[in-house]
Amino acid sequence: MSEVTVQGGQEVVGVARIEGPILVVEGAANVSYDEVVEIQDSRGQLRRGRVLEVGEGFAVVQVFAGSTGLSIDGTRVRFLGSTLHIPVAEEMLGRIFDGLGNPIDGGPEPLTDHYADVNGQPINPTARIYPRDYIQTGISTIDGVNTLLRGQKLPLFSGAGMPHDQLAAQIVRQATLGKVAGAPQTEGEEFAIVFAAMGVKNDVADYFRRSFTESGALTRVAMFLNLADDPPVERIVTPRAALTLAEYLAYERDMHVLVVLTDMTNYGEALRQISNVRGEVPSRKGYPGYLYSDLASMYERTGRIRTSKGSITQIPILTMPNDDITHPMPDLTGYITEGQIVLGRELNFAGVYPPVAVLPSLSRLMKDGIGKNRTREDHPRWGAQLYAAYAKTQDVRALASVIGEEELSDVDQKYLKFGRAFEREFVNQSFTENRTIERTLEIGWKLLSMLPRKELTRVTLDEIAQYYKGDDAAN
Amino acid sequence: MSDQVGTITWISGPVVRARGSRLVGMLELVEVGADRLVGEVIGLKGDQMTVQVYEETSGMQTGAPIYGTGLPLSVELGPGLIQSIYDGVQRPLPLIEQAMGSFIHRGARFDSISREKRWKYTPKVKVGDEVKGGAILGVAMETDTFEHRVMLNPDDSGTITWVAPAGDYTVADPIAKLKMGKDEKTVTMLQRWPVRRARPFINRRGANIPLITGQRILDTFFPVAKGGAAGIPGPFGSGKTVTQHSIAKWADAEIIVYIGCGERGNEMTEVLQEFPHLIDPRTGRPLMERTVLIANTSNMPVAAREASIYTGITIAEYYRDMGYHVALMADSTSRWAEALREVSGRLEEMPAEEGYPAYLAGRLAEFYERAGYVNNLNGTQGSVSIVGAVSPPGGDFSEPVTQHTKRFIRCFWALDKSLASARHFPAINWLDSYSEYLEDVAGWWLEKTGKDWLTMRNRAMELLSEESRLSQIVKLVGPDALPYTERMVLETTRLIREGLLQQNATETVDAYSSVEKQIRMLELVLYFHERGMAIVKRGAPINLIHDLPVVDTIIRAKSTVTNEELHKFDDIQKQIDDQMGQLDAEYRS
Repeated sequence: MSEVTVQGGQEVVGVARIEGPILVVEGAANVSYDEVVEIQDSRGQLRRGRVLEVGEGFAVVQVFAGSTGLSIDGTRVRFLGSTLHIPVAEEMLGRIFDGLGNPIDGGPEPLTDHYADVNGQPINPTARIYPRDYIQTGISTIDGVNTLLRGQKLPLFSGAGMPHDQLAAQIVRQATLGKVAGAPQTEGEEFAIVFAAMGVKNDVADYFRRSFTESGALTRVAMFLNLADDPPVERIVTPRAALTLAEYLAYERDMHVLVVLTDMTNYGEALRQISNVRGEVPSRKGYPGYLYSDLASMYERTGRIRTSKGSITQIPILTMPNDDITHPMPDLTGYITEGQIVLGRELNFAGVYPPVAVLPSLSRLMKDGIGKNRTREDHPRWGAQLYAAYAKTQDVRALASVIGEEELSDVDQKYLKFGRAFEREFVNQSFTENRTIERTLEIGWKLLSMLPRKELTRVTLDEIAQYYKGDDAAN
Repeated sequence: MSDQVGTITWISGPVVRARGSRLVGMLELVEVGADRLVGEVIGLKGDQMTVQVYEETSGMQTGAPIYGTGLPLSVELGPGLIQSIYDGVQRPLPLIEQAMGSFIHRGARFDSISREKRWKYTPKVKVGDEVKGGAILGVAMETDTFEHRVMLNPDDSGTITWVAPAGDYTVADPIAKLKMGKDEKTVTMLQRWPVRRARPFINRRGANIPLITGQRILDTFFPVAKGGAAGIPGPFGSGKTVTQHSIAKWADAEIIVYIGCGERGNEMTEVLQEFPHLIDPRTGRPLMERTVLIANTSNMPVAAREASIYTGITIAEYYRDMGYHVALMADSTSRWAEALREVSGRLEEMPAEEGYPAYLAGRLAEFYERAGYVNNLNGTQGSVSIVGAVSPPGGDFSEPVTQHTKRFIRCFWALDKSLASARHFPAINWLDSYSEYLEDVAGWWLEKTGKDWLTMRNRAMELLSEESRLSQIVKLVGPDALPYTERMVLETTRLIREGLLQQNATETVDAYSSVEKQIRMLELVLYFHERGMAIVKRGAPINLIHDLPVVDTIIRAKSTVTNEELHKFDDIQKQIDDQMGQLDAEYRS
């Protein structure tokens, strides 16, 4: 832990109650809601916290580093009079910070007089620019059927043991501004990556660090690490600190910022812990009733605004407890984010990488970033057709498991073949394979050509004439 | 106008307690703290008051003052509402942006309606007229084509003593004077109305005109009447917002009030950037010229989210009072219910189901009951239709908000995750949805199209439920085990599903289907079924029907036949006749 300097402010000696990471401090006057406090234990060690509730003569304080070692009489609490601010500067790229934004890479404090409130402010909807520029990630299941746009928040819903970290690293490494199919690649613009780890293992943080190093991006990355053995309460601040820096880089330094937050499930657990200690009325699975608003206050810090060229794109990673997508964390996340990329256990077992379960995945903004003059004119209908055909494949598989494959009609047999090829050739690609959008579209058409053309009702007849290469193409 | 009425004693998120005057009223608007943030009194006990604050309370201190206003939380009503975008307590977002930049900071205070803008006003009353509350005093042109009927406040009545001549006026200028008993009152185009009080009307009329949305699954299969209430529940990603947007774009209402309640910022921006460029097929004017937007996105203060629903419905009622049909979209009522829950939790009220307060059902009922097709005080008729989106956690419809909503709506559009996964949009499940307005609006269809819509619609529903039964069998034994007559049902229902129910909101031709087009398509599919069934009954193998080229033509008709070229359906019907006739001849002998 780095030093925390003692500043002015009213100081109270002794606390009334300590419960988990929560202190109740009595005898302080005119405390501000949400202000930062500095807590000194009997040995003079400093830690930070913030005010969760104020009443007449008392304040409820949450201690970020936990209350271990604090005593009733030996604790001094100093109220600092302002909400939590962190320094923000372009020099923070290439650096590593703890969950509260203090440097932990041995380097100096960022030199800046620019401090920003970690809570941020809501973007006025009239000031936003609606996202329309697509990001080419080189991954067919994203570019082709769940396109990511600049200024979008698109989470990865995964489960323990699945390669979400690899996929996120691959996206970060390969992401370039998309271009119209066939057009030459344009020069990259200024980009930055802000990475926040909440309660993940050291290996995971290390994996990302190596991955950034290998791709040569490390100097463009700011890492905020609250690892599994760091104080859980700090996790409440970590993503907010990361987003505060991201906002500065995007809106005041005109950079395109990609924010990776992992693992939001751990964040939710920290929030639940605080809520439980405070005795709040829980809603589902013990999570507080304000979980939705709380998550939104981070996810909504994504997008583009009219006064800046920059953008913030968010890729939060969630491991779904027990692979349950209806669990409050993925559920409420899905209601806020603009789609989701879901990883599937079965595909993972079958050795498909990335194991993106196409059917439950979705990009809400896709429709506005693809098609004529953006990717290719047939792209939207081509995508809908692939979805429809793959959904039909699932029905056919269910039927085949009951009556046997041999009993299926000719058309259904073709769907089975299509489904297998779809998973092997379209979904499956290597960790280093960077497909262009043309290549993705081409593979898709090749697969659709395995089906009778009469089945393809989502694409236009012209598109069939142009791209369909199946046996009955001539009819 | 505001005196200090108390001192803050306790703060937790959006809820603040204070001690002070016993004269503060329940639901009175107050100004909280040194920054004078907007709040509303939601509880009183002795000299203690509980206030919900509509802005972020970070940094607020105990001991800070609270000022009373003596007024309940109200909205400003008058010309200038249309094309506006407000936050949950009717602050104009564009002005906030001008003053504060791209981010919303606290303490913004602006007039909801411009005091400078002039409106072309023509009086409709003369000196000596006796006028009652709600009377139309004159008209102002709010857009090039929209006539804003300036009404007397429903609580006032009296004799007109002075009338402003026709001319251009601001909402602050006097337009008439009124003798009320001994007092004389100056009337302007602006009035204020408390949001939690429904605006009065004479009585309700029967809701027997459908709200036409151009969406086939809604208009043809599950219509909502003008003045009715509908709910759209669905898990995330099932298309609630797309459906709400489609209705906001195409519904044949004269005014649309769209409330983005605790939803995404980008979605509101999409509406803001798209609506000015979309043309209303009925008036030829941009859609924005009939739209009022309320945007309280998910990261804006939670208490204002609670208020946004009331702000929206009050504006909707105001236009209804002028004699217009108004459609209100609320996306999403679940976020509003969660705001209630959050405030209730901070008050440490005893929770009922899933942490929601026991008054949840009452609040939902109050809201949906403000829908209606009514006779107004001034003799006109107008309606407010409500379409509320519901976001059930985990897509589980048994949760409290969905369940209580179902009690107060008569039209239920159930969104289905598996349909959405197969990119069947709108992903409204035809077996779980219902409309109780079918009989009510059947007369309108007959009058409008001359066709027996209800019988055809019920026939199509019958086939769809037959399909659901048959597909159970297919899942067990495969389709080959079914007799041809039953497989004919499956052929037809595929046409219904892919040709009628699926509709592409992003495609120009398909996005909006006129009622005439809808009924022609329905008729055509049923005709195909009757012809096909007759042939199959004579022993023709089903695959011959399946392979007819006209099948593909029917499925594609939704995007190949525009609303103006309905004669093309005659051609398609002729193709059915030709192709089926050939088969018929072969198997007749």
